Amino acid sequence: MRVNRRTLLAGLAAAAAVPPLARGQDAARVVVVGGGFGGATCARALKAAGIGNVTLVEANPTYVSCPFSNAVIAGLREMEAQRFGYDRVRASGVGVVHAQATDIDAAARRVGLSDGTALPFDRLVLSPGIALRFDALPGYTEAAAEAMPHAWTAGAQTDLLRRQLDAMEDGGVVVMAVPANPYRCPPGPYERASLIAHYLKTRKPRSKLIVLDAKDAFSKQRLFQDAWAKLYPDHLEWVPLSGGGRVTDVDVSGRLLRTEFGEHKAHVANVIPPQRAAMVAQRAGVADRSGWCPIDPVTFESRLQPGIHVIGDAAITGAIPKSAFAANAEGKACAAAVAGLLRGESPPAPKLLNTCYSLVAPDYGISIAGVYRPNAAGLFADIEGAGGTSPLDAPPATRSLEARYAEDWFTTITTEVFA
Amino acid sequence: MRATALMAFASLGCAAAPALAQPAVLAPPGVSACSGCHVAPGAGVATTIPPIHGRDAAEIVAAMQEFRSGQRPATVMDRLSRGFSDDEVRAIAAWLSAQR
Repeated sequence: MRVNRRTLLAGLAAAAAVPPLARGQDAARVVVVGGGFGGATCARALKAAGIGNVTLVEANPTYVSCPFSNAVIAGLREMEAQRFGYDRVRASGVGVVHAQATDIDAAARRVGLSDGTALPFDRLVLSPGIALRFDALPGYTEAAAEAMPHAWTAGAQTDLLRRQLDAMEDGGVVVMAVPANPYRCPPGPYERASLIAHYLKTRKPRSKLIVLDAKDAFSKQRLFQDAWAKLYPDHLEWVPLSGGGRVTDVDVSGRLLRTEFGEHKAHVANVIPPQRAAMVAQRAGVADRSGWCPIDPVTFESRLQPGIHVIGDAAITGAIPKSAFAANAEGKACAAAVAGLLRGESPPAPKLLNTCYSLVAPDYGISIAGVYRPNAAGLFADIEGAGGTSPLDAPPATRSLEARYAEDWFTTITTEVFA
Repeated sequence: MRATALMAFASLGCAAAPALAQPAVLAPPGVSACSGCHVAPGAGVATTIPPIHGRDAAEIVAAMQEFRSGQRPATVMDRLSRGFSDDEVRAIAAWLSAQR
């Protein structure tokens, strides 16, 4: 079979498009790199769609979820609730390999792994997530992150920020630095600011949080600001770009964050640096000069490397935010498209949804939702009239219900992806 | 009112069946995202978000129309339902009703 495939490929080597498989999808080999909400979803959906040979490559044996990690930082949730293994993914028929994808050869259609082996593929899906740019904010290096955690990839960094808050004496100043767009989880910094303010208000009431922002506008802004004015007037100060909020450099030894307007001394500093697609995307040649990966929104196929699909935070998806909900939806849509391509079909244009909940306090949830389809420019665009945020004037019962739905969403999505 | 509607919606439930996503291949556009919030058949967990897989198609269509018009109280479904045409809603409902 493999010889036939190679012969066929050789005959079509000059074609820009990837030819459908002569042997059918039962024998097709699809490799998925990255076992987060996008990749693990996609691998399982590919298997469910009848792809014979699906391998998920993920370096870590345990996944630590970013969604709800802000509640861990604020002492409202235990880290253990964030951890998920791959046993059930494996049991669903997906081959799971815990190694790093070190070398991706798009032309030869093989992924080289850190364990010295290589996986051949007919199609490759990359769901690699983000890399933090330690070259983008002077003074903020990987070593600096051990003193001033970013906590923007969950795990040890989440624990570190939580411990620093725990250790801080009452009366301390917490300073957060928030980057310009685009970055993973647009409302995430503001949920974190809310929950840290909640922690300070309830546990260390003489303390304060200052949020230094490189933007003047952000996701669910009116809802957050309305809640902050009601709940945290003495504990949370947001400094927008126009008010001198953009952090220009950090000084780890002095615990200083500098802006164009001055400097802030922090007892605890949480620096969320600018980001780009994870390193493997650069290695595979699917990231453009922006650092992110342009894709065809119908198939999620890279615009730079045929045969390689990119989903999740790393992809340029237009109006769709870089969220776990979106990565899960993209994983399923991409699996359907890849299965269709392997059968020699032209996949129909997908419609995608997103729903992102944020907790402003333990019993106070707000949401933003959207419905998207590809537009003429080849990007996902909002469907007009749909989507939007929770109402500004909602009663407490609605906020409480949305906090409950946030938990429910987390239960459901982590069950679908990992259980 | 809201609680009653939710309970009625939830009580219909759905029978246990094979886990996770059905072949997303045959699914109409948009529907595969539903299981991000609504527990899919056989997942073995229950939440306050009502299950929709395996429900009667006419009921799903009616619910979506009421969400869209604002007749049925909602948190996010009013906002999401407005992103789908009548034809799309019918296709989604038919597909969901077949998932058991």
